[in-house]
Amino acid sequence: MKVAITSTGNSMESILDERFGRCSYFVIYDTESKSTEFIPNPNKDAENGAGPASVQVVASRNVSKIVSGEFGMKIKSLVDSLKIQMIVVKEPKKISEIIEMLEH
Amino acid sequence: MFIKFMSPRIKKLRKVLNPPPIKGFKPYGPEVDGKKLEPVLLHFEEYEAFRLCDYDLYNHHQASVIMGVSRPTFTRIYSSVRRKVALAFAEGRQIVIDGGKVYFDSDWYHCSTCKCYFNNPQKDVEITECPLCGSKSFAGFNMENVQHESSGMIQTEYCVCPSCGYKTEHIQGKPCSTELCPECNVHMIRQGSSNRCRNSNC
Repeated sequence: MKVAITSTGNSMESILDERFGRCSYFVIYDTESKSTEFIPNPNKDAENGAGPASVQVVASRNVSKIVSGEFGMKIKSLVDSLKIQMIVVKEPKKISEIIEMLEH
Repeated sequence: MFIKFMSPRIKKLRKVLNPPPIKGFKPYGPEVDGKKLEPVLLHFEEYEAFRLCDYDLYNHHQASVIMGVSRPTFTRIYSSVRRKVALAFAEGRQIVIDGGKVYFDSDWYHCSTCKCYFNNPQKDVEITECPLCGSKSFAGFNMENVQHESSGMIQTEYCVCPSCGYKTEHIQGKPCSTELCPECNVHMIRQGSSNRCRNSNC
């Protein structure tokens, strides 16, 4: 199972990005192979439609969960129709901490 | 022709709160036994429109807000479902509920161990643990209490008295100007309306 995490930087020590559509990096974490992949977000500076475009980016990697600080208005219906789970974490946490929690 | 290449406007995703408990309906009786008629395909959004209108007894305006479409679109979906159900009844056809441009609205949960919020996109699968930390101490969470988004929610409107400021809840379909303020006996106006001095006595 793959999980997408929004990140402010491209290292494991980076803090979780509180925005989904315009985050700096997406971390694709595979819970089976324990591998991580950092993808720079092409929609970082998009004027509009960053949310749906970012959903496309993560959905193309077949993720089943997205961890972020907040999700925009246009996203819920899209993500629900793709059967992807949204997890909202309000506290600023490191990517390594989130991966550790996902391992439980 | 130029028009030939224009694609139609993309349909909005319709929100479906409750997926149907069954997959469809089958007619029975000696007349239909053994006959192979093409079943009638009912979309999920049509099922939802039918349920909201004739089971939950919402009017078209309220139901359209619940489904996240405009009122005219809702009425079109509704008239389509009535035709389809009538067709199935009159010709003794099966009804299959499937497909359509929909998404199933999901509920939100809050985990008290890791303080995260999460939703359940698959209604038929029950959540047993927090997807982030795996703890079992989570509870249902109502997003509407926190986010006061104007999108889709019907707001209560008020009639106010222009001279003393007396406020009463506006009744839909009854113009505020027909109501009189019980204290100063002047015509009421809608709260926030711009045409404040339409009446001579305000």
